[in-house]
Amino acid sequence: MGIEGYLIVSTLLFGIGVFGFMARRNAILMLISIELMFNAVNLSLVAFNAYLPPANNAGAVFALMIMAVAAAEVTVGLALVIAIIRTRQTSEVDQYSDLKE
Amino acid sequence: MAVVTLRNIIHSAIAMMICFGSLAGMYALLGAPIVAAAQVLIYLGAISVLILFAIMLTQAGDANLPTPFHRQVPIAIVVTLAIIGLVGWAVVQTDWGLAAEAVSANVDAIAIALFTDFALPFEIISLLILVAIIGAIYLARRPEEDERAN
Repeated sequence: MGIEGYLIVSTLLFGIGVFGFMARRNAILMLISIELMFNAVNLSLVAFNAYLPPANNAGAVFALMIMAVAAAEVTVGLALVIAIIRTRQTSEVDQYSDLKE
Repeated sequence: MAVVTLRNIIHSAIAMMICFGSLAGMYALLGAPIVAAAQVLIYLGAISVLILFAIMLTQAGDANLPTPFHRQVPIAIVVTLAIIGLVGWAVVQTDWGLAAEAVSANVDAIAIALFTDFALPFEIISLLILVAIIGAIYLARRPEEDERAN
């Protein structure tokens, strides 16, 4: 299969991430969905790097940098989620509505 | 995939690990072994363990809700199908006209590019990770320790 197969897999993975981010109520699962979207973008970058090779392998380098940024993001995100859960005793984002009133 | 639909969040996390592992296989197929190795190290190693620890620390028996979904699940389905449809249509319609064979990127070239052309973003990312570590330590500190320290 050519590049289309990889791009379609990447699109489906991104769609699954979007659905999970919008539809689930658990804060940790929303972070997992964000990771899925990062991975979809990484897959398309690596696919383009393989099928349309740039001069300096920019696709693979960008994929590595996205992985580093994703690691930093999930670290801070999980620390935030754990801090919120410790004060609110629940991981459901529906009930984080204190700022609304 | 099952990651976003399973009710038990631990099953979701394990499905996510399977998904990351198969993505590492795809990177290896695409001729990017360094990216596959980084995927295994960072996602399968670090992020999965971090997420499993977070689930372990936070799930105090509130996993038996009636439904794991929001009320806004119809809107989410519509938006998701719209995104998948638009991007998939663009992917299928475009005549890429590229090489039918994947060109493998060798590790030497990636390393040279990382430390010559992309040296400044590399350093910025190391600074970002340092800031993220400090921020995570600050956020994860228990408030009682603050009171004891004062």
